[in-house]
Amino acid sequence: MRELIVVGNGMVGHRLVEALRSRDTDDQWRITVLGAESRPAYDRVALSSRFDGAEEDDLLLPDLTAHGHVDLRLGAEAVGIDRENRTVTTADGAVLGYDALVLATGSEPFVPPVPGRDLTGCFVYRTLDDLDAIAAAAQGARAGIVVGGGLLGLEAANALRLLGLDTHVVELAPRLMPVQIDEGGGALLRRLVEDLGVNVHLGAGAAEITGAAGRVTGLRFAEGHPLGAIGADLVVFAAGVRPRDALARAAGLPVGPRGGVVVDSGCRTEDPAVYAVGECACLDGTVYGLVAPCNAMAEVAADRLLGGGATFPGADTATKLKLLGVDVASFGDAHGSTPGALDVVMNDAVGRTYAKLVVSDDAGTLLGGVLVGDASRYASLRPLVGRPLPGDPLELIAPAGAGLGPGDLPDDAQVCSCNAVTKGEITTAIDEHACTDVAAVKACTRAGTSCGSCVPMLKTLLSAAGVEQSTALCEHFSHTRAELWEIVAATGVRTFSELVAAHGTGRGCDICKPVVASILASQGNGHVLDGEQAALQDTNDHFLANIQRNGSYSVVPRIPGGEITPEKLMVIAEVARDFKLYTKITGGQRIDLFGARVDQLPHIWSRLVAAGFESGHAYGKALRTVKSCVGSTWCRYGVQDSVGLAVELELRYRGLRAPHKIKAGVSGCARECAEARSKDVGVIATEHGWNLYVGGNGGFRPRHAELLAADVDTATLVKLIDRFLMFYVRTADRLQRTAAWIEAMDGGLDHLRAVVVDDSLGIAAELEAAMARHIDNYADEWKGVLDDPEKLARFTSFVNAPDVPDPSISFSVLREQRVPTDPAQPVALGMPTTRSAP
Amino acid sequence: MAASTLTPGPANAPAADTRWLAVCPAERLVPERGAAVLLPDGTQAAVFRTHDGALYAVDNRDPFSGAQVMARGIVGDRAGEPTVASPMHKQVFSLRTGACLDSPGTGLRVFEVSEAESTIRLAAPAPVGGGAAR
Repeated sequence: MRELIVVGNGMVGHRLVEALRSRDTDDQWRITVLGAESRPAYDRVALSSRFDGAEEDDLLLPDLTAHGHVDLRLGAEAVGIDRENRTVTTADGAVLGYDALVLATGSEPFVPPVPGRDLTGCFVYRTLDDLDAIAAAAQGARAGIVVGGGLLGLEAANALRLLGLDTHVVELAPRLMPVQIDEGGGALLRRLVEDLGVNVHLGAGAAEITGAAGRVTGLRFAEGHPLGAIGADLVVFAAGVRPRDALARAAGLPVGPRGGVVVDSGCRTEDPAVYAVGECACLDGTVYGLVAPCNAMAEVAADRLLGGGATFPGADTATKLKLLGVDVASFGDAHGSTPGALDVVMNDAVGRTYAKLVVSDDAGTLLGGVLVGDASRYASLRPLVGRPLPGDPLELIAPAGAGLGPGDLPDDAQVCSCNAVTKGEITTAIDEHACTDVAAVKACTRAGTSCGSCVPMLKTLLSAAGVEQSTALCEHFSHTRAELWEIVAATGVRTFSELVAAHGTGRGCDICKPVVASILASQGNGHVLDGEQAALQDTNDHFLANIQRNGSYSVVPRIPGGEITPEKLMVIAEVARDFKLYTKITGGQRIDLFGARVDQLPHIWSRLVAAGFESGHAYGKALRTVKSCVGSTWCRYGVQDSVGLAVELELRYRGLRAPHKIKAGVSGCARECAEARSKDVGVIATEHGWNLYVGGNGGFRPRHAELLAADVDTATLVKLIDRFLMFYVRTADRLQRTAAWIEAMDGGLDHLRAVVVDDSLGIAAELEAAMARHIDNYADEWKGVLDDPEKLARFTSFVNAPDVPDPSISFSVLREQRVPTDPAQPVALGMPTTRSAP
Repeated sequence: MAASTLTPGPANAPAADTRWLAVCPAERLVPERGAAVLLPDGTQAAVFRTHDGALYAVDNRDPFSGAQVMARGIVGDRAGEPTVASPMHKQVFSLRTGACLDSPGTGLRVFEVSEAESTIRLAAPAPVGGGAAR
């Protein structure tokens, strides 16, 4: 076997090893990877997701050492190359011989030479360690500055924002993301970014990072800037990168005019035994910084190492991103620099979208484009670059335009630019490997496995190939949830047994039973634990509480709008104290009481119900809370009574079962202290009434709600929410939050607005009537249990020992409260008395 | 309803030293709603009656989470095999064999269970050390 050394364990080095390992079927190469960082390779493109709650493990790339013949040395920095003797020396003095060497050292952040750049509180944005250092410094800090308004700078700005800092972006160019987007797109991007509370300073150079006692205090602008200076506690430099080519320079390999090891189209340097790939390489005078061309280089080098003749296919520098929640895409000749190029622009200042197509002088060929605010057309437009336009260019970007179908794409058009997969390869894989869903297409072709922006196109191609992507709920029902809803409504079937006998097969499962339970509940079928319905409920709905890791439950009484009297607060406190329940304030402005055994739940609730509390439905796929800020009653900025409205809405929709949980929020002014736009239903007060936003959520993929109706009065607002919620309850899929429901809807938000606001389907009255029935039929579920001995009898730990508490539930103490005993610790099992059934 | 007994899975068949534990009156075991049983040895079982009237009993302990919760799982079937899904993370187990259908190699103990004289009984393993429950 021959020896290959790969210097650098970033994404591109990892890609090279992966490509080589998967094709080196005769085990030609033994690979040693030298990584300077102490971590295994991780997805640097997704670095910022760290601030959205991603754990370090989520970012790690697959471990390649399991393949064998791969020796990964972490924390082993290469410090010298001896090309004559073909050896690499590491920082700890090891000397390793090679037959071939690949440099994949990547780049390092460029820090402009401004005075003060070394002060404590100055950071770069490149590695996980950088991000952790920024997060640590943000503790107790008030404001932060990002130097650089490009792609990385905006990611850094979002990070600072998420860390709770007052955030400034300072960019020398007259617009944000100057490399990727044009002036029109930049203007909209600026507005959207500023709407998020980020301060944008364009055409502004930094003269100095100011400091005191060695620490950052702010930034002084270059002469002539109206602001003069801004204060901040930390500064992040995101002003570009430079190829990390020092090792190659020292080894005498030629570098490009702006750095980067010079390579030919086979990614080989002047020395035939040495390759360079990714951001440290200079190919045809260009250093590429995007993952797609860098991956392409890794593939080329892998092929060459195995004796192939692959050449760099040319770069696709197309980009689609969501920056600060704003869609931005740029592809092809985005700036119209081709001679004679014409622009076709659609600039919708109200809808906050901007789209530009660059076409050839005869308007026959698509050359490139820019999309800001809505980049959903990216997947269909980008592959057409350099090809004849299938129609009127304006039609392709008009909001209600026809858009493009998969038939408009030629076979050799790249659908996935990250992994260079063409439409032809995808359709071939669908045929030959009988792919039946997107996951199978991903596994066969790698398309859609990096940035994911082409996934909608993969679905379209599957449909176009005649593959019916199953919409069956599970093996027991071939219907969608919405179809089952209609069946139940139309037939009047009121039990699962009747439904599965007439319209399904078998006896159901943990997927279809809760769905049917929810459908029955939202059509008014009595108490959720009545008769056979009880057996359909997930354990949470079955015990009207939330199961926790040790099998105990938590209890959440409803506190409408987060408003509570001291007397009621005391009742909660006394119950928590008497039952020794761990107590925590939730994000939804109520109180969660943890650690209740099944047999304690009725005792806890009899006291809560006696004090006037009701179920908070924290356990249900149902309306959870309507969060509110304090509003005009107290707040000197408030323009409407947000608490009053929140209480009204929470009481109106309490108990409404839905495909997934529903959260709502009401803010009393545009400052948005209730964070209403992160809710399924968000209401923000205006001087004239209320703005209604829909489809927001926190969680795994945070998303801001979008404006459905503006400046409506309270009666209209309530009517629109009635219609919106009932339309969602009827038509969404199982476990589909409102955001995903709207995204998947044909016509998206526009269609939703047509249905809910303009009543385009003529169902508004029906939706309102259904909601009115729900409101009339509402009854507190916990009171229903307490009033019914049969239901109460279920609340025992053991059927053969009703008075024995579950001995497997044990607690230890953490910060003065009871928490589940760590399962790793031995659990003390009591030996309680058992008794025979009577 | 006819008495129904089941052959336990071979891997964990109760040995001869079991005794029949009266669990509850027959009408307390509602179809497709499990019930937890405290066994003399301090472990727990989950007893189920499926829609067709058949009785099953498996470990109450979910092997994935370690919590005693299987009796609170949703009962159904997978391709005709009677099943219960863990309420914790939804792994599905065969009620007949105790085998986890989503993660081969993991499973639940199965217990013999019978219905006679309007009483559900379960063949409980003897407590460790042979001492009967007090």
